[in-house]
Amino acid sequence: MIKAILIFNNHGKPRLSKFYQRYSEDIQQQIIRETFHLVSKRDENVCNFLEGGLLIGGSDNKLIYRHYATLYFVFCVDSSESELGILDLIQVFVETLDKCFENVCELDLIFHVDKAGLAGAPARAVSAVKNMNLPEIPRNINIGDISIKVPNLPSFK
Amino acid sequence: MKECMVRLIYCEMLGYESSFGYIHAIKLAQQGNLLEKRVGYLAVSLFLHENHELLLLLVNTVVKDLQSTNLVEVCMALTVVSQIFPREMIPAVLPLIEDKLQHSKEIIRRKAVQALYKFYLIAPNQVQHIHDKFRKALCDRDVGVMAASLHIYLQMIKENSSGYKDLTESFVTILKQVVGGKLPIDFNYHSVPAPWLQIQLLRILGLLGKDDPRTSELMYDVLDESLRRAEINHNITYAILFECVQTIYTIHPKPDLLEKAAKCIGKFVLSPKINLKYLGLKALTYVIQQDPNLALQHQMTIIECLDHPDPIIKRETLELLYRITNGQNVTVIVQKMLDYLKQSKEEYTIINLVSKIAELAEKYAPANEWFIQTMNAVFSIGGDVMHPDIPNNFLRLLAEGFDDEKEDEQLRLYAVQSYLGLLEEEDAVYPQKFLQVMSWVLGEYSYIINDEGDPEVIMTRLCKLLKKTFVTSETKAWIMAAITKIASLNRGSKTVDKLIQEFSTSLDTCMRQYAFELKHLCEDKDLMKNLLPRDASCNDMVVDASLSFLDGFVAEGLSRGAAPYKPHHQRQEEKLSQEKALNFEPYGLSLSSSMSSSGFTGRQSPTGLSFGSDVSGNSTEMGQKEMSSLKLDGVKKLWGKDGYLPKKESKTGKEDKLEAVPPGSTLGGNMVDHPLSEADQEVVSPSEEEKEKQQLASTLFVGLASNNAVSLMGKADTTTQKFKRKSKISETQNSEEAPSIQYDATLSFRPLPEAQSNDNENIQSTEHVRLRKSSLSSSEVLEASVSFKRPQSLTEAGLDAKLPDCRLSPSSLFADNNIEVFQPSQVIPSVVASKASLIPSLSEELANNPHSEAVELCSCDTLAVNLCKVWTDDCLLLVLFVANRSSSALKNVNLVFENSEHFKIVEGLSYHFPVIKAQSLESCQKSVQMEKNCMQEILVGSLNYQLEMETGLEFSVTLSLTDFIRPMKITTEDFGKLWLSFSNDVKQNVKMSPSQGSLSIALNTLQQKLKLHVVDIVGNEGLVACQLLPSVPCLLHCRTHAGMLALWLRSPCSALPDSLLYQCQKFQLATRRHARKQIHCHSSP
Repeated sequence: MIKAILIFNNHGKPRLSKFYQRYSEDIQQQIIRETFHLVSKRDENVCNFLEGGLLIGGSDNKLIYRHYATLYFVFCVDSSESELGILDLIQVFVETLDKCFENVCELDLIFHVDKAGLAGAPARAVSAVKNMNLPEIPRNINIGDISIKVPNLPSFK
Repeated sequence: MKECMVRLIYCEMLGYESSFGYIHAIKLAQQGNLLEKRVGYLAVSLFLHENHELLLLLVNTVVKDLQSTNLVEVCMALTVVSQIFPREMIPAVLPLIEDKLQHSKEIIRRKAVQALYKFYLIAPNQVQHIHDKFRKALCDRDVGVMAASLHIYLQMIKENSSGYKDLTESFVTILKQVVGGKLPIDFNYHSVPAPWLQIQLLRILGLLGKDDPRTSELMYDVLDESLRRAEINHNITYAILFECVQTIYTIHPKPDLLEKAAKCIGKFVLSPKINLKYLGLKALTYVIQQDPNLALQHQMTIIECLDHPDPIIKRETLELLYRITNGQNVTVIVQKMLDYLKQSKEEYTIINLVSKIAELAEKYAPANEWFIQTMNAVFSIGGDVMHPDIPNNFLRLLAEGFDDEKEDEQLRLYAVQSYLGLLEEEDAVYPQKFLQVMSWVLGEYSYIINDEGDPEVIMTRLCKLLKKTFVTSETKAWIMAAITKIASLNRGSKTVDKLIQEFSTSLDTCMRQYAFELKHLCEDKDLMKNLLPRDASCNDMVVDASLSFLDGFVAEGLSRGAAPYKPHHQRQEEKLSQEKALNFEPYGLSLSSSMSSSGFTGRQSPTGLSFGSDVSGNSTEMGQKEMSSLKLDGVKKLWGKDGYLPKKESKTGKEDKLEAVPPGSTLGGNMVDHPLSEADQEVVSPSEEEKEKQQLASTLFVGLASNNAVSLMGKADTTTQKFKRKSKISETQNSEEAPSIQYDATLSFRPLPEAQSNDNENIQSTEHVRLRKSSLSSSEVLEASVSFKRPQSLTEAGLDAKLPDCRLSPSSLFADNNIEVFQPSQVIPSVVASKASLIPSLSEELANNPHSEAVELCSCDTLAVNLCKVWTDDCLLLVLFVANRSSSALKNVNLVFENSEHFKIVEGLSYHFPVIKAQSLESCQKSVQMEKNCMQEILVGSLNYQLEMETGLEFSVTLSLTDFIRPMKITTEDFGKLWLSFSNDVKQNVKMSPSQGSLSIALNTLQQKLKLHVVDIVGNEGLVACQLLPSVPCLLHCRTHAGMLALWLRSPCSALPDSLLYQCQKFQLATRRHARKQIHCHSSP
């Protein structure tokens, strides 16, 4: 089960976050801060898995992250997930964003957050992930394309 | 509005409060056009959580959208349902979503399945009835729908794998198709077909095949295929490989698959990619228990990983080492762990590692000094974050010891010395837990070093601690307790006087309290000696649980007119039965609270921590004291002498073994002697690093050296552990078991001296390490086999003894009922006996149930009707045999029961036999239910047939209440709950016959005659439960008292207790008469 998806930049500023368990805003911010702390300390040439944040759920949990340019994509999952599977999922997620924005960068996430397309895309990928309906994602990419080309028919799925 | 909502989402994400906008999100979802609806739903799913009150406002919108003809709206509604939905509103949308499972669009079907998955997660009971539809979804022609249903299955199989074994084949087929590339091309990811789907399926197969050879067999082929296909170098294929390997090791093993999997693990571990290395280590950790050889193959890689720059890899390696720890490599492994512990800063890591080290140290400690030093390190690093069990266990170990007084003494002596040394350092800051441990040990055992150390010195050191600012008040309490203990052993000391003086005026009420206590105790030395005996931490403390010393107080209270105390449940009962009666609760409550508070003093005083009179201080103080005293209690558990003897022996046995080891390899020897110097050695000679590593490897994997040794080592270890466990249990259960275990232990360790002498000979030649090890292992073979035989045979004997019981139990319900139950073949009505073909006999499935003999109801020249009662679990079956005695076939035979107000025949009153051949037997069965309570009633019926003229035969069947009583199997707890909830009760005393003096005999007769279920028997009270079919429960509470059996029945049905009581009395009387007759018979000759 995926517990949370966090995207923040090199300075720990959150860019996108979605929690699948209820936490109060304070705790959410604390989790993001702590995760940033854990992740940012790590070198480039170490593995992408981190174990045991105390915040979300405790010892059973893992952080799986990827670092793209200025952004960290962190998935917080429990032990029932396949590590490499999630790692590739992040890849898919980023590819989706890339297709939505034609070469995505941090600025897109900041300035185009008001585009329904963006708000939709991650949430869609996220909802697919949440239901762990993973084979869907390649399809969603196509739909994402449509939503860019035909702005009046945003992605509804 | 839409724009605002998106901005609001952004604000919320950045951590600002935006709850003011939630309601607008819901409104937007309700009223907007499609796009706005979309944003509204999105915002709702991001803002709200499952229990949010506003979510209820969304339900109506969702229902409306689900019914919409617009596909997009339906989709959105289903999406939001699958993300977030209030549990109590599920019934409102469930039928709608069920309908959607048949929708023509696959995306709708898929989303419906997802929504149902969500429902299954939050309320599994509500979707129980649609499990069939899940199966349909699994066979859906669209892959997406099928994939979605897999999530539900994964979850369900996780909870109960045995229920879905029949689906294994389907899963295997699906996986085969996926692996074979039969899916549409859009499901490919980097040219791998639906990788996540594969992962999911492999997981499911792993769960299904666990410990089940037959199911596992089905999946060997497909696993092999997946392993073979997944060889392209890409991340996602590795993910599949990893899942495959895990599945292969989970299911029933197959050698050549295991071999392939092992190869895969090797690839992972040796991979330069760090992620794969991590996974490889994880896989190794997972398989190490099954196949320790694998670790041997990769030992060099593991050693490299120990020095890896990535702390995560390091930790994973330590985890792996933790799994392979045994008595021989424990020092090295623990040293490695401590090194890592010193570097790490994360709280989580520390907690985790500290508990592991403590566990290993306790389990495998080779020497006292090493043990104490390791624990010191653990306490000083882990200190404040560690689990409280660790210090408690440590103290218990010290207090209880291993039965060998000298050994214990040494351990304690060493502990005391090392703590004194630690306290000597002026500015050292230790964690609170460590200080608490120190002060307890010093308080209990400082007398050991009295010869060389002055108690004054110890006390001054402890006093110094009291003045330090970093010491918390809880720790101060521990320290004060220690000082009190030390003071009790010595007459008048200046330090104590000074201490009392200083803290009598302390602002901290708690400390002041302690100071006063100490002062009082010092004035009365005898009392002090009594309270705080030397080395008595293991003695059992007798606590007067019944609070008998309060009897006087209670009597006084009663004489002053207070109501007698009633236990809680009794009060509750009274409240239930007589709502309007006077409420006695306040009296009861105040009495109980005063009792508990004075009880508190009573319980406290034996520990010497407080005086009864002093307790009326403030409440925090009391809490504080209770805390500390409770902890001490935890430590002071008594062990029966016999209880821990075996443990001790296993311990020393192990130590013997260890002492034999060190000379084997020089490095190993050094390390046992100076655990700390090992690290230095490594640093000194970097040129020999490689060699060092190899040596390190040899020490690390020493226990795993040869195949034999490995597996046997593992087993031998578990047996010794079992001894420990057992001895603990035996202490609590009964002491009878202890001698036998002790016997096992001595038996199992007897071969050891021989093995050791063997070792000593071999030790001379240090090159022959392997040889020596193998001999060691052979000794372990012996040991293991010996130690194994005994417990097994013991348990087997135990099993045998149990077996007859087991065999009896299923049938015992009715089998004992031999008066009424007959095999029909045994007793045959004489009339029919001559005609073999007309003997009524029950079909096999019915004959398995308890049943009565066949009784002839009526007969004439042409026909005979026999009846057999069958008591099945859920009804009473009347089986009627109609035998045609004539030589011509009978046509149109009708059997009709008359309507009765008491009974109901489920299948209808009449039965029609179209034809009964000559000289043959036909049967019909009717299940009967009791409509109205009665003792005994008659069911009348008639049989009509046409031969030459219409003829009728009348018959009657007598049915009694007992025919409809069935045992009700419930637990004592359930009994208690039900008891309170039933309103109708009847009490009656029945005389018991002298022959059935004990309650259990009386209950047994009831059980046999009335088919009751005996729930529990406690002393002279018994609990019995039964139910009147279909499902009216009745509970019985029996109590024997001076030859009388007091019966107390309760049931939700008003008439049932009365009639049941009547039956009880009847049977009681019958047995009494029977008994009396027997007595007469005995006396007359």
